[in-house]
Amino acid sequence: MGINLKNATFEGWRRDNGRMGVRNHVLILPVDDISNAAAEGVARNIQGTLAIPHAYGRLQFGADLDLHFRTIIGTGCNPNVAAVVVIGIELGWASKVAEGIAATGKPVEYFAIEQNGDINTIAAASRAAYRMVKYATALKKTRAPMVDLWVSTKCGESDTTSGLASCPTVGDSFDKLWENGNTLVFGETTELTGGEHLVAARCKTPEIRADFMRMFDRYQAIVEANKTSDLSDSQPTKGNIEGGLTTIEEKALGNIQKIGKKCTVDGVLDKAEMPTHPGLWFMDSSSAAAEMVTLCAASGFAVHTFPTGQGNVIGNPILPVIKLTANPRTMRTMSEHVDVDVTGLLQKQMNLHDAGEALLDCIIRTADGQFTAAEILGHREYSLTRLYESA
Amino acid sequence: MTVHFCVHDEGDSAGVVVVEGIKSGQTLNGWIMDQDRMIEFPAKSDIPIGHKVAIKAIAKGDTIIKYGVDIGKAVADIGAGEHLHVHNVKTKRW
Repeated sequence: MGINLKNATFEGWRRDNGRMGVRNHVLILPVDDISNAAAEGVARNIQGTLAIPHAYGRLQFGADLDLHFRTIIGTGCNPNVAAVVVIGIELGWASKVAEGIAATGKPVEYFAIEQNGDINTIAAASRAAYRMVKYATALKKTRAPMVDLWVSTKCGESDTTSGLASCPTVGDSFDKLWENGNTLVFGETTELTGGEHLVAARCKTPEIRADFMRMFDRYQAIVEANKTSDLSDSQPTKGNIEGGLTTIEEKALGNIQKIGKKCTVDGVLDKAEMPTHPGLWFMDSSSAAAEMVTLCAASGFAVHTFPTGQGNVIGNPILPVIKLTANPRTMRTMSEHVDVDVTGLLQKQMNLHDAGEALLDCIIRTADGQFTAAEILGHREYSLTRLYESA
Repeated sequence: MTVHFCVHDEGDSAGVVVVEGIKSGQTLNGWIMDQDRMIEFPAKSDIPIGHKVAIKAIAKGDTIIKYGVDIGKAVADIGAGEHLHVHNVKTKRW
């Protein structure tokens, strides 16, 4: 018994490219770090807009620049975004970002600060933002089948309860969503260390397995080349160790519970790449929470599930982050950050199926518009992944 | 009955304490989840919530098993009921 995902629906916004969004943001998107002030100026002027300042975008080159554009453009393309105002220091890159987003069919306008200054740029961009809020707030919500909801996952501030209960809860939900034909993603390349053979065994085809192992081995080579110790201050983190996790292998085995028991890994993605068909995707990504969730948003995911042990507080500007925990101390000390309490799993008061159903119910409520803890508390972490130094 | 610690699989080296305030000498109720079986075990250390208790005697150099999988090696002898963590277990990676 439980939620019949074939019949279940949620209410959101159908975008021109067919994707379903569950939020309706008018985004003020800076191309680079020095355009943050202008973007924030527009957001202060025009109610109903959201600026997402970030730290990068100047003098990047090669694959690192490609990733920057892919992430910024992907964020604007996300179906939780109705319309976008792009602001950059130079016209060239601002127009490139705007063109990338315009491919979705949503309204986008771009502005450059050079030869205008912040004040004139803010004035012009504010008028565009004003029109976009009028546009976005007139859009009607529509009902859609659950299969149209893209769901991502990444865990953080994990502890031993994550592997015992909160990650398996996501795994149960993912098994059900995967069988329903949903589009799903997980990642955290280095946090599979010690369990990579288990993920490889779940890959649907030998080609996908080879791609996955190539991504895994590449990341291991970076760790080997740059490490100054056994990484015991970083992986596991101090918080992980405080929570009882001893080694990266133990942490990884808990992490992998998120992909359930039935899902196959149906494809692999580079960072901020968009899935091209339904199924469970692996995205080669950092294990840092804000970076990984930002990449999920840039890949087009509409709702995120985030198991935590010790109590990670993360959110994202455009991707609602649902948190769940099985740690009773975390529930006692910081329950305002938790959307789904699965502590009952560890006292045999709840079984995994029921926990998975509780999470699915929260996913549907969130898709229908209920705010997550992170949204209510104003968590809007937007962290861009960098590959190497700027030029 | 309160579950004091959980074990993923009966072949594992350790269980995870899931309640706060476990003291040395206390008798612990453990739930082996994969086999859905309860065991009783005396704690030989104070063990914080989330931390592991060895459920068998482990010699220095032994592989530590959790989820039925290798999670590292013992760098000291660990007695059954003792706290198993970074002071006596290290990764085999990196």
